[in-house]
Amino acid sequence: MEGQFIKFGKNLVTTDEFVAEGHSFCVGCGEALALRLACKALGKDVIIANATGCIEICTSPLPVTSWRVPWIHTLFENTAATVSGIEAGLKILMKKGKMPERDIKCVAVAGDGGTSDIGIQALSGAFERNHDFLYLCFDNEAYMNTGIQRSSATPYGASTTTAPAGKFSIGQTTWKKNMPEIAVAHNIPYVATACPSYPFDLMNKVKKGGEVKGPAYVHIFSPCPTGWRYATDLAIEIGRLAVETGIFPLYEVENGRYKLNVDRPKLKPVEEYLKPQGRFRHLLEGDIEKIQEHVNEEYAKLKAKVACFAA
Amino acid sequence: MSKRVGLEASFAAAEAARMADVDVIAAYPITPQTHIPERLAEMVADGELNAAYIPVESEHSALSACLGAAAVGARTFTATAGQGLELMHEVVYIASSMRYPIVMTVCNRALSAPLSVWGDHSDAMAVRDTGWIQVFCQNNQEAFDMTLWAFRVGEDSRVLLPVMVHFDGFHLSHVTEPVILPEQKEVDRFLPRFQYPFALDPDKPMTHGAFGPPEIYSEAKIAQEVAFRKSKDVIIQEFKEFGDIFGRYYHLVESYRTEGAKMLLLTMGSFSETAKIAIDTKKNKGESIGLISLRLWRPFPFEELRQAVKNAETLIVFDRCISFGGPGGPVSSEIRSALYNEKERPKVVSFIGGLGGRDMAVKDFEYVIDRGREIAEKGSKELFEIVGVRGKVTGIRG
Repeated sequence: MEGQFIKFGKNLVTTDEFVAEGHSFCVGCGEALALRLACKALGKDVIIANATGCIEICTSPLPVTSWRVPWIHTLFENTAATVSGIEAGLKILMKKGKMPERDIKCVAVAGDGGTSDIGIQALSGAFERNHDFLYLCFDNEAYMNTGIQRSSATPYGASTTTAPAGKFSIGQTTWKKNMPEIAVAHNIPYVATACPSYPFDLMNKVKKGGEVKGPAYVHIFSPCPTGWRYATDLAIEIGRLAVETGIFPLYEVENGRYKLNVDRPKLKPVEEYLKPQGRFRHLLEGDIEKIQEHVNEEYAKLKAKVACFAA
Repeated sequence: MSKRVGLEASFAAAEAARMADVDVIAAYPITPQTHIPERLAEMVADGELNAAYIPVESEHSALSACLGAAAVGARTFTATAGQGLELMHEVVYIASSMRYPIVMTVCNRALSAPLSVWGDHSDAMAVRDTGWIQVFCQNNQEAFDMTLWAFRVGEDSRVLLPVMVHFDGFHLSHVTEPVILPEQKEVDRFLPRFQYPFALDPDKPMTHGAFGPPEIYSEAKIAQEVAFRKSKDVIIQEFKEFGDIFGRYYHLVESYRTEGAKMLLLTMGSFSETAKIAIDTKKNKGESIGLISLRLWRPFPFEELRQAVKNAETLIVFDRCISFGGPGGPVSSEIRSALYNEKERPKVVSFIGGLGGRDMAVKDFEYVIDRGREIAEKGSKELFEIVGVRGKVTGIRG
């Protein structure tokens, strides 16, 4: 890919901000940082369709807006359908000569609930219909906008307001839904995972996803100090630990070919990632062992896919 | 030269969308709407229509895709029925509140349970207050005419609102009738190219669909309501314009043989044509009766309705939907409310029938007229009467 992002610098990464200052994201929000980087990678020739959620609420209170690119919010679960219409609309208007031919990237932005729960049907449909669009899932692992309710992306053992840890419950009793693999199962040309702790990797993946013809999906790990209950200056470190423990591996799948972008010879113990977070505070040694076993197993599966279908 | 051809209402609506040169169609199949998307998909496949056909995975996504297409300035069309309209319910509000002039055909269908694919007006009544301009068709010619007209009205810069064209499932959607198709150049004269003034464009970044805190929401909604009510002037103007070009003049409230009639029957949709025969029969017997058919359902034509019924002593309103536990059929309660403050107003008698595809024949309307007169004279304990069901129904008390 030409023009890869390798370091920050005036000529390397645009100094333009597409999500203006003055938004209302929480202090230390990992998602806001990821969004800022993603928009820089995409540039100005985009139309963004945004699902209801933290990003939508924190950037668009009438009568003001943070958006310096064309942006639309309609509902919670229909963002992939809305972006389908945008893409099809632009394409036909250009074909009919009602609009000058140009490259406009159609981008959908949603949270983990809007993607892997309520929006999964619309997303699956848009993938299957092969629209030319990029879908960015900002995964903060629960319904943070409404107050930390569990989603299917909430990890096992995390305490949330609707799956709280208690005398008779560990909190979340199910394993995190593997949304990137669900995207891969649609045989779309590009799927990747990213994390703002690895900014150039994130920007390159978003850029590539925008350039690919056909559907692209980038699942962005978005540490949330409010919901995960860690100190507000730890977002970068938490994200890095998620990758280094193998809890959230960074990989991409291009035309079915897997590539692990950060491959450590030895994974850090999951405990290092779990300990600083209040949502896991109640976990006992046995619980942590169980999570470790699960992470080992999932990571081994991923490595096997990388070996079997190498890029 | 215009031509006269045999078409189902479904094909008539599809023809209108084709002649309107729609850019984007997004639809999900549901009985009895299927012939519309099938026909449009065929036109696109055969190159008769240069449009994007999006075969979405649900009605919710159908209208959501229309939002996106309309937001970039595409002329956008969809069609649905019954459960499909219910599934897209929340999107229906978004389309009107965000002022996207999408045109949607609704082949009116009953709502489950029990499952029924057959016709009544329950689906239409469930979206009564969604802020869409809504008209009902009596026949297949109107299905064509209203669809074409819907684009013109909705896209008018003074309006910018979505329009719903209702016609009865099966009774019209699947019945072939003669339809006059105009020449393309007449259509082009009536319907100019759509220029959406607020299209999403990277050169002029705009935010669509920001959220409304309490300090803003009320102002936003009242602005929408004022604009919606004002659209009535354009609706009237465009009916006239349509008539001047195509020779068929339509009105918000249609009257049939109402001159001097002491009693009026009010219907909506295709049953109006059946009712007309009952009116003729009764008139031939010397009864003082006429028919009112509501074409425009929203924004409600208060003044036109009051004018149309002001000289009548009795107004029989026939609904094809039950408002459970409410004040009668939804149409009759609207009519009562519209007339309540009038010094002189007809007595309103409410009937419900034709539910879930139950037919209403001429003799059924004759019964409605006879029984309606009886109720007007002697009164009834029931809020409304249901027509054509087995067994005696009582206990519908207000």
